[in-house]
Amino acid sequence: MNHSRSWRARGLATVGISAALVLAACGGGGGGGQQGSSNQSAQAAFDAAYTSVVNPSDKKGGTLKFANPADWDSLDPGETYYGYAWNFARLYGRSLMMFKSAPGKEGNQLVPDLAEAPGQSSDGGKTWTYKLRKGVKFDDGTEVTSADVKYAVLRSIDKQTFPNGPTYWEAVLDLPSGYKGPYKSPNMNTDSAIETPDEYTIVFHTTNPFAAFEYLAQLPQTMPVPKDKDTGAKYRNSIVSTGPYKFADLQPGKGFNLVRNDQWDPATDPNRKALPDRFEVTVNVNADDIDNRLLSGDLDVDIATLGVQPAAQSRVLQDPNLKANADNPLTTRVQYTTINSTVPPLDNIECRKAIEYAMDRIAYQTAYGGEFAGGNLATTLLPPIIAGHTDFDLYPNGPDHKGDLDAAKKSLEACGQPNGFATNIAYRPERPKEKATAEAFQQALSRVGIKLTLKPYPAGDYFAQYCGLPPFVVKQKLGLCLMSWQSDWPDGFGYFSQIVDSRVIRETGGNTNLGVRIPEVDQMLDKALAELDTDKRNQIWGEIDKRVMEEAVIYPGVYARLLLLRSKNATNIFVSDAWGGYDYLGLGAQK
Amino acid sequence: MFAYIVRRLLWAVLLLIVLSMVTFSIFYLIPQLGGASPETLATRYVGRAATAETVHLTAERLGFFDPVPVQYWHWIKGVLVGAEYDYGAGVEHCPAPCLGYSFITKQPVWPELLDRAPVTISLVVGASLIWLVAGVTVGVISALRRGTVFDRGAMGVALAGVSLPIFFTGLVALAFFSYRLGITAPGGQFVPFSENPALWAYSLLLPWITLSFLFAAQYARLTRAGMLETMSEDYIRTARAKGLPERAVILKHALRGALTPVVTIFGLDVGLLLGGAVLTEKTFSLNGLGKYAYDGIVNNDLPKVLGVTLVAGFFVITANLIVDLLYGIIDPRVRLE
Repeated sequence: MNHSRSWRARGLATVGISAALVLAACGGGGGGGQQGSSNQSAQAAFDAAYTSVVNPSDKKGGTLKFANPADWDSLDPGETYYGYAWNFARLYGRSLMMFKSAPGKEGNQLVPDLAEAPGQSSDGGKTWTYKLRKGVKFDDGTEVTSADVKYAVLRSIDKQTFPNGPTYWEAVLDLPSGYKGPYKSPNMNTDSAIETPDEYTIVFHTTNPFAAFEYLAQLPQTMPVPKDKDTGAKYRNSIVSTGPYKFADLQPGKGFNLVRNDQWDPATDPNRKALPDRFEVTVNVNADDIDNRLLSGDLDVDIATLGVQPAAQSRVLQDPNLKANADNPLTTRVQYTTINSTVPPLDNIECRKAIEYAMDRIAYQTAYGGEFAGGNLATTLLPPIIAGHTDFDLYPNGPDHKGDLDAAKKSLEACGQPNGFATNIAYRPERPKEKATAEAFQQALSRVGIKLTLKPYPAGDYFAQYCGLPPFVVKQKLGLCLMSWQSDWPDGFGYFSQIVDSRVIRETGGNTNLGVRIPEVDQMLDKALAELDTDKRNQIWGEIDKRVMEEAVIYPGVYARLLLLRSKNATNIFVSDAWGGYDYLGLGAQK
Repeated sequence: MFAYIVRRLLWAVLLLIVLSMVTFSIFYLIPQLGGASPETLATRYVGRAATAETVHLTAERLGFFDPVPVQYWHWIKGVLVGAEYDYGAGVEHCPAPCLGYSFITKQPVWPELLDRAPVTISLVVGASLIWLVAGVTVGVISALRRGTVFDRGAMGVALAGVSLPIFFTGLVALAFFSYRLGITAPGGQFVPFSENPALWAYSLLLPWITLSFLFAAQYARLTRAGMLETMSEDYIRTARAKGLPERAVILKHALRGALTPVVTIFGLDVGLLLGGAVLTEKTFSLNGLGKYAYDGIVNNDLPKVLGVTLVAGFFVITANLIVDLLYGIIDPRVRLE
């Protein structure tokens, strides 16, 4: 891997570099990026990339350096389940549909990618047909057919081989009983789920109407996989590309490069500019070191899109020059707390309401880093970015948002606990912001006599053995569990399906729905999925939000914002609502 | 001597087996005591929206339904004769010593350990040489110039070195020397010695200095204390009375006596660090055994943790053996039997 190019040069030929810089300066910025045709340009200013393209350019060439503080769950499009990984996967793979590579809300639009046009729905939303573009090729030169897309979707169903990936397909498609994917059920006819009547047509059949199917069609799981090159769990290290870039020098656990895929034909792809020649990616890099490198210009992108670390936050926000080179987008993530109705006395709604009224909302925001690093005060579970969101506040907590203690005390009396009660609050100690939030709860609720005991549980097993394990929650009296959630895609189903549907709660643990059990909400979810009219469907998401809040089983904390640093070397920088961070597909490089 | 070494090696094998058993027990038995089922364990290795069936299949694939002794036997068998690994589209043979496959990345552990060992060895060898030379030299000079400005200054710096955590000194050093001045390599860089020795040294210079700063401080203090003690011994006075030059008295007699505890600590430190200089590798984003262990621990990735535990155990045991053998050379009073 050639990831040491710049420092080698710097370390061993400083004089030469200095001379080159002088020459470059004399050249008047000839290589510094020609101004592109985009009229969405923006001067470098705080949050400029949130609504427009910063440093627009159509210049091709150069290298972008990415670093990841952790590692991918899997580079295999059939198995990955990280938002940044889906954003990044579009560089080496093409799904049927994709989010438009555009700033802000425009980035939420679905556009055809491998497909020629959006899917055609029939049979009341149970059949979805896509026509594939002709001339799209794998990096080995063979043409992509509908059979490759079908194979890609079906292999992702094999959860013994790919346990990390989303589970939508097996839940939605009309698969034959007992089907376990192409490795274990190679001879089973799967036409009831996916048909490929010709090389360029693919037809999906769902068991129930699925109005949000276009979102499924944008999943990386629809990126084609050639059957003869599929190596199962090892495919993550030998991916066959269909995008403008392909893998080079992939070293698991360390990093990889993306280089141009000469089989990619721009004529088949209206969505990608493919400006840089190369991407150099290192993984498992110290997060603080990533910030330092971003600030110095040694690195271009923190790929995990988690925002700068606390050490760099104050530095960026206090220095006008650094701040002008930062963005602060609102994301689809909400930091919230589940109020468990299975833990007495919180089985009484009035006791839950007392918590809603008594909590200090400002303290919640402060615990997460304040307005810029933490986010906006939340009063709903559904974040503003997702269609269907409406502003409402069922539990107003005073003009200063520090709690309405009178309302809380009235609720406690109605609950039969006029002097308060004792319960526990669970959080992940590895996350200092959660610890600070738990302490804020403890302090705020003590004002009305609710005594909270802090219960830290390891993040790695938080869902498996603690807050996501219903019998444990009851046994340990975990009245409150801190939680953080981001949608799979900016749509009500992508957001709600795993956190408010009581039917996904497993007694064996591993739940992300930590305690929302409202049968009416389950029915509303089904109704929304069957609703083909987008506006009406979005309205139902809003109604679900309100219904959940009425039950007072969620305390919404903040609509999360991120503090992101813009690359000094990159061009075409913009934040897409779909990813809640920089759109990797649009980026170019100056050098 | 030969019998002594063989006996120590046999003990080493037994110790490694016990180590692996303890690690295995911590991973499986403690959660079981807390009521965890095989499915509960498996939920660590599935995606965030996994169904009950996915969790069950994962528990099955990882062998969690087998009794713990059976699982341990499968692992030991893999180490001795290799194992078969089902990767969905086929089955591959993992040759002995097969330390299993990562539960998360699905990569075989043994090749990854071999791949990462040179990074850690390079880091530790370079840093240990620096801290040994610097620490012992400063310690000797401080002892000989006790109470002077040099002594007080050196011990002050040593105290700072011991007190400052490496994730602080490392990040500050990176920010200043690599990103501001641009005179050292940024984090995450490693060039194998065989590829380019100059770049190898350049890429590791800052981690070496940072790590050795921590240890040199301890060695300076230890050497100083040892030297002060030996310099007051009767045999030093006798050596001087015999008319030996001061240089010979210090280097041949005093330092030799003062070095015994230093060598003991040095062996243990090097052994421990070879098993993984976790904080240094994490701070400088070096893909060595320490970072591998860290990733394994935070992800509950047992095969990774077991692999590094065995390697670390091997290095510590070997370093101890070497130190014991060196005693016989350094200290004439020691005889190995």
